[in-house]
Amino acid sequence: MILDKITEKVLRMIDGEGFRQEGAFNLRQNGISVCHGDSQHVKIRKKEDRQGIDIYIDKDTKGESVHIPVVVSASGMTDVVYNDFYVEDGADVTIVAGCGIHNSGCNEARHDGIHTFHIGKNAVVRYEEKHYGEGEGTGAKVLNPVTDIHIGEGSTFIMDTVQIKGVDSTVRETNISMEAESKLHVTEKLMTHDQQEAVSNMTVTMDGDGTSAQIISRSVGKGTSRQTFHPIAVGKAACHAHIQCDSIIMDQAQVRSIPEIDARNVDAQIIHEAAIGRINNEQLLKLQTFGMNEEEAEAVIIENFLN
Amino acid sequence: MLKVEHLSYEVEEEGKRQEILTDISFEVKDGEMLVVTGPNGGGKSTIAKLMMGLYEANQGKIYLDGQDISSLSIHERAKAGIGFAFQQPPRFKGMTVRRLLSLAAGTELPKHICCGLLSRVGLCAEEYLDREVDGTLSGGEMKRIEIATVLVKKHKLCIFDEPEAGIDLWSFAMLVDEFEKIHKNKKESLLLISHQERIIRMADRIMIIDNGKIKKIGPTEELLPELTEETMSRPYCMME
Repeated sequence: MILDKITEKVLRMIDGEGFRQEGAFNLRQNGISVCHGDSQHVKIRKKEDRQGIDIYIDKDTKGESVHIPVVVSASGMTDVVYNDFYVEDGADVTIVAGCGIHNSGCNEARHDGIHTFHIGKNAVVRYEEKHYGEGEGTGAKVLNPVTDIHIGEGSTFIMDTVQIKGVDSTVRETNISMEAESKLHVTEKLMTHDQQEAVSNMTVTMDGDGTSAQIISRSVGKGTSRQTFHPIAVGKAACHAHIQCDSIIMDQAQVRSIPEIDARNVDAQIIHEAAIGRINNEQLLKLQTFGMNEEEAEAVIIENFLN
Repeated sequence: MLKVEHLSYEVEEEGKRQEILTDISFEVKDGEMLVVTGPNGGGKSTIAKLMMGLYEANQGKIYLDGQDISSLSIHERAKAGIGFAFQQPPRFKGMTVRRLLSLAAGTELPKHICCGLLSRVGLCAEEYLDREVDGTLSGGEMKRIEIATVLVKKHKLCIFDEPEAGIDLWSFAMLVDEFEKIHKNKKESLLLISHQERIIRMADRIMIIDNGKIKKIGPTEELLPELTEETMSRPYCMME
């Protein structure tokens, strides 16, 4: 299928690996699944009862990538989609699921992606989600993802979410439950500017012995934007968890970081760290000794902080 | 090369003006190594920072190759050819050692160049390239990476503010070798702030700063005997 230039551009921004219509993929554009493909081990099926797809990843999947980007380019559209991922025991898969909005009109364009993961035993799942907004219109670009993840015994889930530019409002809800010996690595990167607002609520429940969770959040707040990050780690078993939230605050932005730890077992070991501060002046000076002016140095610091 | 005329620097503390440096004048010739030494708190590091533009002098002029750079900003002085290694380098969360070196070089550096640089400052290169320049590195490792950011490209004048501080004996010996190589090539002038006898002995000239003033400046062989144990540290001499 030939894609229009706006869609191609947005896809370049949200799909770090590069979207191609090959292997297992599904492109959703303005509320419609416009093209999709299966692979030998990954099958994608359209839901019968509501908007969305079911993705079946079989046990023989090894190192394969599944691309399921969403592009909204119609001003005034609200797109709600339910995607379910069924990952069999022992599978090893990367899921790239970005969403980009191009809004050139005066009405709100919105995408609510509700993703549910059912992960079997001893599987490895990498989940990448980039959010991006653009367009010369005055209409808001809104993204409200909900991600529910059940990690089976001995499995590993690696979640990288990035929202760097252009999204006016986002409320992210993430709920994760973990069976014994499972591992979780979450990295959330966020930059808000102008009057943008971003909220991220995340609850990680470690139900089984031997579980470990690492949650890292790095954010930059510019302009008069506001952001809140509220991760909760609940330890119901012998487990380890570490939450680390670092933020750079600039201009008149507001950054709230509320790491919460909740131990319900004497063998639960949970740590949290949170820090918010302006750009370090010594860093600025050091980069200026390399020949950068202050603005260039600031951009480099932010880029690397969110790297 | 570098010419400094009647430089003074003062700060305001609790509503009172306090003079940090008074009427400092000196030169660093092409390919020369000048070591600034003297008691702690005398104003040595302040001189280095004034040269780089990190501090702004209240009076006086600084010339680099005849050009008045007194009013130039830090990055303009860097572009004019001054390199600077901080005494206490900042940490950069999220930035790898390789990225920092590339930024210092002004171009993306291939792996083998980075490895070579890190080896020159006593770091086992492969282990460090992808490490973040953050709190996971020790003070000594940070210091050696800091020095590598100056060695990464040619400058007219390299300024090192107490390069020996926080570095182990083995790495210090390697560092001394590097300074010797630069000095021998005579392609870059060196201004080092140091207390270390091995570094001081390498210098063409020594400038002793005490209480914000130049106490003495002259050839190393003349001034070395006058330096006391108070102003010069000797532990690294054990390496010889």
